[in-house]
Amino acid sequence: MTTYRLRKGGSTWRRYVDRIMTGLILLAVAIAVIPLILIVGDVAYQGIPAINLGFLTSLPTPPGTPGGGIANAIVGSALMVGLATLIAVPIGVGAGIYFSEWPESRLSLVSSFTNDVLAEFPTITLGIFVYIIIVAPTRTFSALAGAAALAIVMVPIIARTTEESLKIVPVSLREASMALGIPRWKTVLKVVISTGRAGLATGILLSVARAAGETAPLILTALYSNYIPKSLLQPTGSIPYLIYYYGSSPFTDWITTAWGAALLLVAFMLVLNLSVKLLIGRKFAGVRAEI
Amino acid sequence: MANLSKSSRRARSRGDVVLRSLVATAAIGIVALLLVLGAELVNNSGLSLTTYGLGFLTGTVWDPVHLVFGALPFIYGTLLTSGLALLIGLPISLGVAIFLSEKARNRRGMGSLLGALVELLAAVPSVIYGLWGLFFLVPVMKNYVEPPLHSYMGFLPIFGTTPIGTDFLTAGVILAIMIIPTVTAVSRDILNAVPNSQREAMYSLGATDWEVTRKAVLPYARSGIFGATILGLGRAVGETMAVTMVIGNAPSISASLLSEGYTLTSLIVNQFNETTSSLYASAMVEIGLILFALALAINFFARVLVWRMTRGARFRI
Repeated sequence: MTTYRLRKGGSTWRRYVDRIMTGLILLAVAIAVIPLILIVGDVAYQGIPAINLGFLTSLPTPPGTPGGGIANAIVGSALMVGLATLIAVPIGVGAGIYFSEWPESRLSLVSSFTNDVLAEFPTITLGIFVYIIIVAPTRTFSALAGAAALAIVMVPIIARTTEESLKIVPVSLREASMALGIPRWKTVLKVVISTGRAGLATGILLSVARAAGETAPLILTALYSNYIPKSLLQPTGSIPYLIYYYGSSPFTDWITTAWGAALLLVAFMLVLNLSVKLLIGRKFAGVRAEI
Repeated sequence: MANLSKSSRRARSRGDVVLRSLVATAAIGIVALLLVLGAELVNNSGLSLTTYGLGFLTGTVWDPVHLVFGALPFIYGTLLTSGLALLIGLPISLGVAIFLSEKARNRRGMGSLLGALVELLAAVPSVIYGLWGLFFLVPVMKNYVEPPLHSYMGFLPIFGTTPIGTDFLTAGVILAIMIIPTVTAVSRDILNAVPNSQREAMYSLGATDWEVTRKAVLPYARSGIFGATILGLGRAVGETMAVTMVIGNAPSISASLLSEGYTLTSLIVNQFNETTSSLYASAMVEIGLILFALALAINFFARVLVWRMTRGARFRI
């Protein structure tokens, strides 16, 4: 029997290289996971002392005055994210249906591509845009402007997940419906969408999670207020802005408040992401990666 | 009978037309949004565009009081920190992606746990990275990482200045942490899309795991991974809050990574609401326009590369 020797000094050397590279790959995995542990750990460690019932229900106090809360930011965030969801869901779901039902059309190619580009766009430029079209004409920073900016952040996420989750609805279901003489629009609304609804819900939840953490566009649109908003046309506080504003201040009690708000926000993200996991299992692992 | 079927067909097609035009409106809305966004930025930076022309891009002085506006320090800061982020983040992301697609392929539990952790890293909001960066990373860099770099390698211009913590290097590190999830997730999908026959052919020649990855998988996925990298670059360029909180916010074009800096995004955060004249406001919008153009070019390029790899013939350019 002939034995073949490969170049590079035969199998010992090659195995050696293989081991080293495996080690480096494992090292990369460790380095990638460490920041997550540090961040979540630090937020929990610094944030827990700040959290109590009053923290959630009372308004902020001036530096040095104990007992302040972040109720203004909680209400403001909920208001703006809720309003943004109302604006973004019809547009995002509509576009997603178009992408999945008419994938070959020219509009679908162009719009779907634009959607991908928009999903990765610096959100601060969206803030400038909304400043120009809403804040400048109305002469005030407002929850309305903040919600518009957040809606632009949400649409691409909803559109993409809607498209992906409708595409995997089996063709046989669609054919069965059509064979019964049900028109296409009814098939889409009643059969395709109701089969893919877990995916739709996922997209909406993910976009809510993303919008709730957005800070940059709100700085140019909603700004901040220490009070509960009374109308949609006045400056409105939000949790991420509060974290930025209080965290960059020189006052230790404000910084503690920022950590408490950060813990609240991270907990909200974790809950939403875990419920997405439970809602859909592993089916959509690939879908999420694209966002 | 004929009448009946005709009318029902008409009703059917009317419903179809209504649905199609409704959802098409949404799809058109997305395209229109990007176009209007670009047009508004150009419109509102008109004053600054005509006043400064191309000098805006090359000017090194930013002095709102005397209405002297040059964007170069901010462009420099954005490109330098993003470049650093890629330099640090790309090898790590590739390692994790290779682990997920090649090593953990048959260990689904481990792979999906790690995948979930990386996804969580992507879900953490930017401002949280900023807060953590300010109170954890900045002191660590200032006290433990940067002094040795400065004292042992201070003869290199890139480590030439006294460590302060809030600088280009720290911003680059935090950006690297933030782009790892993006680059990892896209690269993993690209590697998963490499046909198994590529691997099997190489294994059948007696290759080791690494040789298969290096010679059969990575070359096949090259353009897609390049796309993932550019996508990470786009994310780094547009990243705002975390960078603003750790970079020091002082405009400078210094070769030293240990010096304070400023980026396009952090300039907008700090000064957009403070403008005192229409020329100043217009200059701020032009900063946004530069960012818009940069992000558009980067994302367009990246998407073309990634789409070609993962969606195949659907979108050929």
